[in-house]
Amino acid sequence: MTRSPLLSRLDSPRVLGYLLITPAAIILLGLLAYPLLLGIWLSLTSATIGKPGDFVGLQNYATIFADPIYRGAAWYSVFYTVCAEAGKLVLGLALALLLNQRFRGYRVSRALMLLPWVAPTVLSALAWLWLLDPQFSAVSWLLVRLHLIRSNIDFLGHPWNARFALIVVNVWRGLPYFAIGYLAGLQSIPKDLYEAAAIDGASGWQAFRRITWPLLLPITTILLAFSSIFTLTDFQLIWTITHGGPTDATQVFTTLAYQRAISGGQLGEGAAIAVSPIVIMAVLAFFVVRSVREK
Amino acid sequence: MRRKLGIYVPLALYGVFLMLPFLWMALTTFKSDHELAQGLHPFWISEFTFSQITNLLTQTAYLQWFANTLFVSVASTILSVFVSYITAYAIIRLRFPGSEVVSTGIFLAYIVPPAILFIPLASVVIQLHWFDKLWALVPIYATFLVPFCTWLLIGFLKNIPRELEEAARVDGASNIAILWRIIFPIAVPGLISAAIFSFTLSWNEYLYALVFMSSSINKTVSVGMTSELIRGDQFQWGQLMAGALIGVLPAVLVYFFFVEYYVAGLAGSVKE
Repeated sequence: MTRSPLLSRLDSPRVLGYLLITPAAIILLGLLAYPLLLGIWLSLTSATIGKPGDFVGLQNYATIFADPIYRGAAWYSVFYTVCAEAGKLVLGLALALLLNQRFRGYRVSRALMLLPWVAPTVLSALAWLWLLDPQFSAVSWLLVRLHLIRSNIDFLGHPWNARFALIVVNVWRGLPYFAIGYLAGLQSIPKDLYEAAAIDGASGWQAFRRITWPLLLPITTILLAFSSIFTLTDFQLIWTITHGGPTDATQVFTTLAYQRAISGGQLGEGAAIAVSPIVIMAVLAFFVVRSVREK
Repeated sequence: MRRKLGIYVPLALYGVFLMLPFLWMALTTFKSDHELAQGLHPFWISEFTFSQITNLLTQTAYLQWFANTLFVSVASTILSVFVSYITAYAIIRLRFPGSEVVSTGIFLAYIVPPAILFIPLASVVIQLHWFDKLWALVPIYATFLVPFCTWLLIGFLKNIPRELEEAARVDGASNIAILWRIIFPIAVPGLISAAIFSFTLSWNEYLYALVFMSSSINKTVSVGMTSELIRGDQFQWGQLMAGALIGVLPAVLVYFFFVEYYVAGLAGSVKE
């Protein structure tokens, strides 16, 4: 087969390689890397919507760190993430152990259990908002009928109720992701390890402590780090259910950044709020990259 | 028997917790406004009606939002899967100088959450005159779909044996021919995985559509519902839940059709 010199040059791995990655490079450099740097720059300016503003150094950061609403948002972002991750890990792992037992209806259960993760978050958050309605809450109704409470709980009207309600909804949405990840991890553990442990007279709990859990540790790191990055910067769920209320009790980095930058027009200050969790995320990203490399 | 109870009782508890919002959507959708206002028995429908659905479809812009979401999801899926496939192929098979750097870059792009990008991206969108233009969401969604799909496809292409393409190369096939005629057909299951994930992720997206679209005619389902069906403290719960139920369906249907690809892709994305 003979080819024109131009075509065969085009087909060399070097030229073709660069050509094939060009579309991805344009999209990711233009709409991801550039905005990321622009965000850091904006956080150092007094930009508002429509006005580029001036360079003000770290003034926006000084302003937000002195702002009790920002401090509350930073605190709740971390609290929300820690509690929700703990809940997802424990309930996700328990569900995976349950599903790993191969029973009738295994496939249907596995398919159904992923639904919270598949369904659009805003739409299921609307259903939760309605489930937690102060007057018509079906959750309150059930608890009253079970004689666990006397009257309806105002789930979203009190700061601590709202904080925990959001954590429960976040666990609801994210636990299938942990369950499916752990299920994959469990299925890759060789069965003969358990047989050997049974011969040595190990109890179920000992087998879990000495075999299952250590072998699941790498996958736990990945799941936790990934999930934490996206929980720390969660927006849709909190924005749909509480809008950061009541009186800023459930404000997080992203909802506050949205309010200040988009609703309030203070781009510089909003950018500083959005950029501020990058330090925490860099630490989490480090763990992700390290554990992915090790595999 | 005890073993069975030990499985099915906890499983039923999980089932109630995980399915409750969907059950709730369905129950509310088929109740009349009159019944909802009374709020007698939340888990029982005494006046079954389709009026919430017909009102939603005739009195609001819901169908328009639905069509918009469908357009954006399908278009961004096609764009992203195509771009990701050629990128993954270049990284895995061509090994050009710098391919390691590109693959690390793509992985890092994968873990940048939209929540820290939307403010500067808003100013980029305004400068490009993309603001309130529905198609603009297609390249914007590609910023989170391309890293994800490329990562997934890299894992997939790694496992395709090299012998196939080496045989073709001996026969004089060009790299492009190998990309399209040899690898592409084998990569179809991986591409399907990438496509269903892209579709679900786009269907799910909220923040970018909320910030970058402003006229009702350009809104997606999630944005239209939260910005136009909720006015002040007036919640039209019947219509809202009907809209949520219909809006959940496409994602769920795609998922049920391809559940094995979905589970494999999800498990793979954790393991690779």
